[in-house]
Amino acid sequence: MNAAYYPGCSAAGSSSDYEQSTQAVCGALGLKFASLPGWNCCGSTPAHAVDTELSAALCVRNLDLAARIRAERVATSCPSCLSNLRLARKRMENPQFRARVNELLDEPAAEQLPQAYSVMQLIHEEYGPELVANRAHRRLTGIRIAPYYGCLLSRPADVMADFGNPENPQVMEGLLRACGADVLDFPLKTDCCGASFGIPERRVTASLSGKILDAATRMGADVIAVACPLCQMNLDLRQRQAARECGRDFNIPVLYFTQLMGLAFGFTPTQLGMKKLMVSTASLLKKLDAGA
Amino acid sequence: MRIGVFICHCGSNIAGTVDCARVASLAASFPDVVYATDPMYTCAEPGQAAIEAAIREHRLDGVVVASCSPRMHEPTFRRTVERAGLNRYMFEMANIREHVSWIGKDVEANTNKAAELVSMAVAKLRHNRALHAASFDVCKRTLIIGGGVAGIQAALDCAEGGIPVVMVEREPTIGGKMAKLDKTFPTVDCSACILGPKMVDVAQHPNITLHASAEVEDISGYVGNFTVTIRKKATYVDWSKCTGCGECMEKCPSRKTPDPFNEYMGTTTAISIPFPQAIPKKASINPQFCKMLTAGKCGACARACPSGAIVYDMQDELITEKVGAIVAATGYDLVDWTTYEEYGGGRYPDVITSLQYERMLSASGPTGGHIRRPSNGEEPKTVVFVQCVGSRDRSAGRPGCSGFCCMYTAKQAVLTKDHLPDSQSYVFYMDVRANGKLYDEFQRRAVEEYGTEYIRGRVSRIYPDADGRLVVCGADTLLGQAVEVTADLVVLAVGVEASHGAARLAEKLRISYDQQGFFMESHVKLKPVETNTAGVYLAGVCQGVKDIPASVAQGSAAAAKVLALLSRDKLQGDPQVSQVDVKRCVACGKCLRTCPFGAIEMVSFRGQDKAHVIETACQGCGICTSTCPQGAIQLSHFTDNQILAEVNALCQR
Repeated sequence: MNAAYYPGCSAAGSSSDYEQSTQAVCGALGLKFASLPGWNCCGSTPAHAVDTELSAALCVRNLDLAARIRAERVATSCPSCLSNLRLARKRMENPQFRARVNELLDEPAAEQLPQAYSVMQLIHEEYGPELVANRAHRRLTGIRIAPYYGCLLSRPADVMADFGNPENPQVMEGLLRACGADVLDFPLKTDCCGASFGIPERRVTASLSGKILDAATRMGADVIAVACPLCQMNLDLRQRQAARECGRDFNIPVLYFTQLMGLAFGFTPTQLGMKKLMVSTASLLKKLDAGA
Repeated sequence: MRIGVFICHCGSNIAGTVDCARVASLAASFPDVVYATDPMYTCAEPGQAAIEAAIREHRLDGVVVASCSPRMHEPTFRRTVERAGLNRYMFEMANIREHVSWIGKDVEANTNKAAELVSMAVAKLRHNRALHAASFDVCKRTLIIGGGVAGIQAALDCAEGGIPVVMVEREPTIGGKMAKLDKTFPTVDCSACILGPKMVDVAQHPNITLHASAEVEDISGYVGNFTVTIRKKATYVDWSKCTGCGECMEKCPSRKTPDPFNEYMGTTTAISIPFPQAIPKKASINPQFCKMLTAGKCGACARACPSGAIVYDMQDELITEKVGAIVAATGYDLVDWTTYEEYGGGRYPDVITSLQYERMLSASGPTGGHIRRPSNGEEPKTVVFVQCVGSRDRSAGRPGCSGFCCMYTAKQAVLTKDHLPDSQSYVFYMDVRANGKLYDEFQRRAVEEYGTEYIRGRVSRIYPDADGRLVVCGADTLLGQAVEVTADLVVLAVGVEASHGAARLAEKLRISYDQQGFFMESHVKLKPVETNTAGVYLAGVCQGVKDIPASVAQGSAAAAKVLALLSRDKLQGDPQVSQVDVKRCVACGKCLRTCPFGAIEMVSFRGQDKAHVIETACQGCGICTSTCPQGAIQLSHFTDNQILAEVNALCQR
């Protein structure tokens, strides 16, 4: 596979631990990506909320960079980047839209733009649960995980069709089960965490995230596995806000699925950037040690 | 030849975007046209009278009407010209409504196109010749496919009218979906009690032959003379000996056999009678769960049977029946709702379908008529009904309304309160569609007298909470806010689609079906019972969603059509069939192999092999005509000369 890696802005900042653990896991599996020099922000939420063409131009510039180094695919960890990159590529199929976007770029974009994939999909496709299981020496036996995709990773359904049923995706479950974990059938796995409402309407995020934290806690989960930097922030950093909104206490660690896979692969918490996590992982790590 | 042309305005339907007067004046200059006019409504009585008068006054020997589709009024105008003394095939129709005025707004372009279509019709008419239909005998029996309430009604009406009926039912018992229902809206009648006597009538009527556990394998022939092959599936019980005593069920050790009649809510025995009022009340063995048929040892039912009816080595049997007419009444099945992962995709035992709830409410059902949570057998306190699951959902590819869910949901809410006075029911709905007689009144009672909470909005997710209850998340679009109801039981009003296998049957019947698999009627408004295959009629939900009274009404309507057809001793054939020119035929046999209706045979003509068309079997499709390398087969009324004249008229103007 010839894929370029698009980190996205948060990888360089708020979710550097996601980035660190992704690199560790991919490195351990031998999954190599070409780097994408000169990449720019995908536009995140604000760009497409304001201007569809401008937002697409930001994404297309990145896809065009990848096309120039002859990458067949673009890998990214962030669901929001993935969504923006895929939607931009799809919209470019419309010749009039393509013309308007090309106006905004220094040079017209390549005719054939590579498709974007989430790192989760690529690990699943290229290695699959069996090879992951072979690599997972330190089994996550007895660790009860609530897998949480967030609202974007499997939606919109027609753009993310390769993720399976948008209401009940199974990719993360397969990978974590391969690591020996006890993966729960988590019914809220594709519900919204409140996303960027954490800034203008804190209570919206607190109540939506609270619902997810409440369900995972009641199901007896030891940890919530996430795949999105913003979900991680809302569930982890804002866990006390959610608790206040729900009128109860939460104490559940929220880890990226790559951090959990990394633990199973034998990396130390430090190697996986876990010191950035807000909710203590002490009890989780203790349980993991007890199991091993 | 003297041709008259009539360019119909169809009110403003055609005249709105076609200059009819100009088309008529152009038509007057076409070869052989001696009279052209543009009446307002050609099909109306004065319009038809004007055609008859013109034929007499101008000594016309051919007529062209440019108006709507020939599907609509070709038979009408053929009768008109016949009344004035012309042969009915000395008439041609140009479709300037569906093909012109309804699809374009440019008056200039439309007028030109209409004139071109008229010139083609005139050119063809100049090559028409009088055709005369042969008449043939009619088989005065009818086949009814499907033994639900629509098929039952059609069968009883035909039988009462003196026409012998052959009824084929796929399941081991007739009764269809109605037999599974507990009560019916809006009267809350017991469904089995009102259907039961009709089912018994079917069994007892001397004019009805019932084949249950049977399917139509093949259909050949044509109106008045169909030959039907029926596969009688092996039931492993000789029904001529079975008395329906039920001893075998008592002794059968395979008690975990899935129970389709109870919508898989409970289990039954491998040998079973579907329910106490089954017609025929005969046992049959499910071979996948029978220990004798799977493992070769058991034989408990054979030992228990007092009449020695068990036949373990029974095979499917093919029988043939001759009939003159066919009624398709194959009903419906529920949409596969397990694709709705947001509702659990079938993983949560306390999320059930409305049909499963009917079985639960029924005294003869798996819970003996008690409402119980399937997960733990407890009585629910809160029941949530979700409407439009698999209906009116474009994202699921099911844009249509299933018609009767609003009403049965109201009924089920009422029955829930009757069974469990302390319970509270909620209904998530999009709109309440209660447009039948006494329906709206009934639905209001569900709200006002029975305290059912109606919440206008769709359900986004159902999931179990830590206590095993179900959290139903939805929107209240009237209040503009999200709502959550914690329920003990959720009943999904699952939408309907055509019965499984309907498409295969349609192909055997040579009728059309729509995107949801429902059979197409001949005309949406004016021929709701007929199909485009003569002698094949429709009854019940197989044609489109409808409730019980509508299904019964259509069953009677189909019977009326059958009785009218079979009241005649002879039927007129269609002379638009293929004919072989024996001088040109080289007996290559290509036509024989391509004919989909087996209507061509090889005969000996003065010592030489020649193809010959069996006129009564030929459907006039024209495949042989285009296959014949010698041009020896011509389809009457659509000969090469006629079609080339049309092409020339269009291209050489």
